[in-house]
Amino acid sequence: MALNKICTLCLRQNSRELRILNNLINKRNHFVYTADAESPVKGETTKLNMFQAINNALDSALQSDESALVFGEDVAFGGVFRCTIGLQAKYGPGRVFNTPLCEQGIVGFAIGAANMGSTAIAEIQFADYIFPAFDQLVNEAAKMRYRSGGQFDCGKLTVRAPCGAVGHGALYHSQSPEAYFAHTPGLKIVVPRGPIKAKGLLLACVRDPDPCLILEPKALYRAAVEEVPVADFVLPIGKADVLLKGEQVTLIGWGTQVHVLLEVAHLAKTQFNASCEVIDLVSILPWDRNTVCQSVKKTKRVLIAHEAPLTGGFGAEVAATIQEECFLHLEAPVARVTGFDTPFPHVFEPFYLPDKWRCLDAIRNLLDY
Amino acid sequence: MDNGWVKPGAIIIVSFMVTFKLCVSTEMSAFKLLASFLPKLPFRPFASEATFKTQPYVLYRLEGPPAPAVTLNRADALRFFEEMVTIHQMEATLNHLYKSKTVRGFCHLYSGQEAVAVGTFAALRPQDTTITTYRCHGWGFLYYQSVDPIIAELVGVRSGCVRGKGGSMHIYGKHKDFYGGSAIVGSHVPVGVGIALAHKYRNTDAVSLICYGDGATNNGNVLEAYNMAKLWELPCFFLCENNIYGMGTKLERTTKNTNVFAKGDFIPGIRVDGMDVLSVREAARFAIEHIRAGKGPIIVEAQSYRYFGHSLSDPGTTYRTYDEIKEVRTTRDPITTFNKKILEAGLATEEELAAIEKKVKASVRESATKAEADHPVDVEELTHDIYANEVISEVRGINKVWKHKSSGRAWNLK
Repeated sequence: MALNKICTLCLRQNSRELRILNNLINKRNHFVYTADAESPVKGETTKLNMFQAINNALDSALQSDESALVFGEDVAFGGVFRCTIGLQAKYGPGRVFNTPLCEQGIVGFAIGAANMGSTAIAEIQFADYIFPAFDQLVNEAAKMRYRSGGQFDCGKLTVRAPCGAVGHGALYHSQSPEAYFAHTPGLKIVVPRGPIKAKGLLLACVRDPDPCLILEPKALYRAAVEEVPVADFVLPIGKADVLLKGEQVTLIGWGTQVHVLLEVAHLAKTQFNASCEVIDLVSILPWDRNTVCQSVKKTKRVLIAHEAPLTGGFGAEVAATIQEECFLHLEAPVARVTGFDTPFPHVFEPFYLPDKWRCLDAIRNLLDY
Repeated sequence: MDNGWVKPGAIIIVSFMVTFKLCVSTEMSAFKLLASFLPKLPFRPFASEATFKTQPYVLYRLEGPPAPAVTLNRADALRFFEEMVTIHQMEATLNHLYKSKTVRGFCHLYSGQEAVAVGTFAALRPQDTTITTYRCHGWGFLYYQSVDPIIAELVGVRSGCVRGKGGSMHIYGKHKDFYGGSAIVGSHVPVGVGIALAHKYRNTDAVSLICYGDGATNNGNVLEAYNMAKLWELPCFFLCENNIYGMGTKLERTTKNTNVFAKGDFIPGIRVDGMDVLSVREAARFAIEHIRAGKGPIIVEAQSYRYFGHSLSDPGTTYRTYDEIKEVRTTRDPITTFNKKILEAGLATEEELAAIEKKVKASVRESATKAEADHPVDVEELTHDIYANEVISEVRGINKVWKHKSSGRAWNLK
């Protein structure tokens, strides 16, 4: 309603870019979900959306590992995104339980449990709330192995948090904090793009010998539906996926943004006859420099897109590495299309997001450079 | 004696005796008895003031409870009723607007808790300040004395109190000493303590009212705030709006000590029935008096209930039963119980109260229509007010010429 008014204002300004944005405003999501073309493992599959896949992964984790615990705010009744539905009934309140409202306490407590060998899977209700736990993650979890000379670790810690824009989250239900944590050696960070990745990555995090943070894009919980393998499987952390092969521009993103980029690749083909290669980074820490650099050396032009603000966003790290390793191959400066350097806005969200039109515009600039 | 006086005299004596007898048997005053025979007029208050018993208080580290009985005058009775009904109507309207997607974002409604805000606000003085959580529409209305800026803010239009840039959780009113709603649970409580420090330094006899819920009482922020407030004897009025559910988890499953009013360690506390506006007002008066007398911070736990879920994305029934909600609505609703009280005491008539309700409904509806007809601020404001001054000219990432501008409203520059 209010958004329609914004676009009317924009139309009056008679700007081409802003006119394109008008089409966007009437849609509910700024992306169109594209399921994975093939399953990573053979065998029986079942149709699940992302929260069901996560639920399934948690179930597997609790089943296969007696020391596994799932806890966080409101997880007992199923959680605000239904990721933990049925788990307390199945495994009992001794293994699946609610914590008080204290993120710092939750993560600290999880670190302690992990220290003692329990597979601690802590949920932070929204990634926007993770900041009280920042000290615990950065100063305790990430450094424990290092500071104790390898004697102690909390590798069995996994922290799950819903992140990213959801259309109406405003300042405190839309943030993407991956960049803050990427700056912390000792942690591992992954961002799934759909149900199959979510299940595989979550199980990988749970079984990984280092503390992991999995940021689940909340916009995909219901929107992303795929045929997910029924079996227990893990997907590699630290390995990027090339979703679409192309020759002229490399598009890099993670989470929800991957789906925006897939649509952009299609638009680039139809509008500029440009073939784009789309890479889902999957893992923020450690990130797959080889796959990225290999692709950039081939295409010579690269666009990185993420919802988080521009300055200090993870795109900056990727861009810096690309120019270090692929300098002589580049035909154009590395482009970044990101959220603006403002707090995540309330009414202005459609303008803020790195949507397909802004990305397409950047591709045109890359091609014309 | 003239014969002509016998008949009238006899009639007068008989009337008196009948009236007396009737008064005795019906236990009504003569005036009321007489009035009850008159046809019902639209405006016919019986009393200008009445006394009510307050609900029992529970104390911690305190001597002498707040008054067990309070007087309420007619003007206040009508005002409290109107304020509570307005909050109730506003929240109901926002619920509809949310369902029709006019209001977007996250919306946390105050229905059921009206008595806490109205009662406490009645005890606040002009120099006092308030800071609260995201469940702030009711407080916002009380500060603005109008639903217009609140509804407009939620709809996201420029007539909103924060020009549509804050939304439901960030209702602010600097000029009104309302330090806003806050999204992150517990994060505003130490901020409220800082505000209290300013009051103490400036010697303004002001109190910093800090509202938060039961879920927040287990948060590090709040425990740290308690300690600082008591260590430095700051004028903090900690008001816990205990609606017994922290999102989806009942209080007793989150804490060992469910006596929220006693969790401040050295800070004294009172537990009050938050569904009774008069008890809340008394407890608030008591709390403010305590602080003014230099005795330092105090915690008031107002036991209340919310009818809606935690937010409008939460149905509110996955962790509690319909029966429970219905039970509270029928037996403890703050508005219906207050309504009954003042009618019985003769402070108002049913017609008056019905007229107030009707007026409020119409005015809230009008507010909503006005808000829907308005439009949001210009998109250039996306990049305004990030910093106090124009220390950066352009905001990175923006591919047009949206500059950073200071709206000039930064009060910390004045």
